Amino acid sequence: MDDLLEPFARLLDDVAAVRAWEAGAPCDDAWAAITDSGFLDALVAEAQGGAGLTLAQIEPLVRAIGARALPLPIAETMVARALLADAGVAAPAGPIVLASGAWPVPGALLASHAIVAGTEGLRLVALDGQREPTGVHGSLAARIAADAPGVALPPAPLRAMAAVLRAGLIAGAAERLTELSADYANTRVQFGKPIGRQQALQQMLSVMAEDMIATRIAAQLGMAAWPDVAIPAAATAKITASAAAARLAASAHAVHGAIGIAEEHDLNLLTRAIHAWRLADGSEGYWSAQLGAARLGSNQASVDWLRGEVFA
Amino acid sequence: MFDTFTLARLPEADEDLRAQVRDLVARHVAGLPADRRARSWQGFDADFSRALGAAGLLGLTLPKRYGGQERGPFARFVVVEELLSAGAPVAAHWIADRQSAPLILNFGTPEQAERYIPAICRGEALFCIGMSEPGAGSDLAGVRTRAERTEKGWVVNGQKIWTTNSLHSDFMIALVRTSGSPEDRHAGLSQLIIDLKAPGVTIRPIVDLTGDAHFAEVFFDNVELAADALIGEEGQGWRQVVAELAFERSGPERIYSSVVLLDAWIAHLQAAGRRDCAGLVGQLTAELATLRAMSIACTARLAAGESPVVEASIVKDRGTGFEQLLPQVIGDDLAAHPDEPVSAELYRTLLYVTHIAPSFSLRGGTREILRGIIARGMGLR
Repeated sequence: MDDLLEPFARLLDDVAAVRAWEAGAPCDDAWAAITDSGFLDALVAEAQGGAGLTLAQIEPLVRAIGARALPLPIAETMVARALLADAGVAAPAGPIVLASGAWPVPGALLASHAIVAGTEGLRLVALDGQREPTGVHGSLAARIAADAPGVALPPAPLRAMAAVLRAGLIAGAAERLTELSADYANTRVQFGKPIGRQQALQQMLSVMAEDMIATRIAAQLGMAAWPDVAIPAAATAKITASAAAARLAASAHAVHGAIGIAEEHDLNLLTRAIHAWRLADGSEGYWSAQLGAARLGSNQASVDWLRGEVFA
Repeated sequence: MFDTFTLARLPEADEDLRAQVRDLVARHVAGLPADRRARSWQGFDADFSRALGAAGLLGLTLPKRYGGQERGPFARFVVVEELLSAGAPVAAHWIADRQSAPLILNFGTPEQAERYIPAICRGEALFCIGMSEPGAGSDLAGVRTRAERTEKGWVVNGQKIWTTNSLHSDFMIALVRTSGSPEDRHAGLSQLIIDLKAPGVTIRPIVDLTGDAHFAEVFFDNVELAADALIGEEGQGWRQVVAELAFERSGPERIYSSVVLLDAWIAHLQAAGRRDCAGLVGQLTAELATLRAMSIACTARLAAGESPVVEASIVKDRGTGFEQLLPQVIGDDLAAHPDEPVSAELYRTLLYVTHIAPSFSLRGGTREILRGIIARGMGLR
């Protein structure tokens, strides 16, 4: 797996220009380099010219994107290109986002296309004139009209697919937030010693580590099945990741103090991204209602139900 | 950080144990009300433990030459999960099977292994753990119970407290001071196997706030033991206890303590035809699923031959937090519908779990101690 992850991580470090993109710079050169790398067809079947990997195999790549708070929809484009290849629809060259509802879609201002879940099924939509910026400082999210015209696609569980990607992105950001916070706590001196020697800080940071691990493992559970992403596993992944995201962002800022609020500090790139991913494609509340309704429909014991539905 | 702590799968070959466990559970447990089953790993039934042993469902991680099944930590996970999900009374064999036998295997002599482990695998040798003392709770360096060498072996004087199941156990593995004083911290501590029927041992049960007496005080007044009562090396007791606690903290019992209540509540909601709390059901179900995946991931580290001290602490801290959340939010949901009748059995189950829940994050290492271990694992301090 390191054979896949290491070159991918190097590529991301080479092309990442988050602050420039947020300031309005185009991402064309970065996208050209990513396209040339061949990673975008990771999930496309080998018979269709792709690498034929599963979602579980690219999960470390999704985390690597999250750890860098990249707003470019690389993981979303991988899923979109696999859906398009299956449908026999030629994939556009640009970045593709997944629009699973009416909520603003992260990274949409950098994308050329979207797969939109409308009332009449999935469509591939060219985004010119079909997106509305949010007005949030630095945000590259945009609203995409649900009735935008485009090429019809066969049905797929788009929201669940997008949700497990969000969980993977959150897991990556969670790892970086936890590392940054532990490093800062070890170096920042107050009261004559590193603040990480204070038990109050240690307790908070250990809970961050628990949330980070829980999010990683839940995201891996959500991405275990491909292409039939299972709704209960996707719900578990997004509920755990989204609930942890808000806590992780709050704790990371609490550890960093005032400097973490400053725009020039990188912390806010991660915390703004993790909040956006938490709210995209259904929050923990949305997926809890879905999962709970499914659970209440069965009279099995909880462990049996989990084994059959979430760990299938 | 903690890069090897990732999703793992239970091997298919171990899943076949479930049917066998269910069969036994159905015969021994089916008739018990939920508030009895909610006691789960504090429920004591020596006959049931012997039946598990006879069926080859104990000693799953232990070598065949000592009567074990040699199947590994995943097989044990499957069996334990089935037992806890059903609320089976497993206390009699619990500590021996989970940590005493692996401790004896890892640190004891072949003669000690031969003497104790086959009996543990049959469910016939019941063990308890003598760690806490009146002056030594989270800080075990404060242990004052002393074992002095004699010509024939050891003589033990002192006191243990909060010792789970000591009243019904045959043996205690006790952490005692064999040299130095509490000022020497962890140096000079050793582990001894104490026959609880030996002259000079007095056990006084302590009734808890639910009316049960699962723990006790144990007094040692010039208790004479043979030389081979020592497990492992003299003076290495602390290192051995740390390894032992990784077994104690990593199992699925750290996520399922309240699962009988969860299932009883869901059955109540279904009977009442209530759907207004689907969000809460989903939230709790997702957390249980995530904890199960984390616990299996931790089991995978045990299966890889590691001693996952930090990973086990992460699972236990988060798991016990969930176990304690369940009675709180389920109580709120039920009482938020004061005109909806709740059965006496569900009410007793709710209140039993509500009252005993504080113990979940005390036994086997407190929340605050575990978080200190996790912080050290993160490179803090």
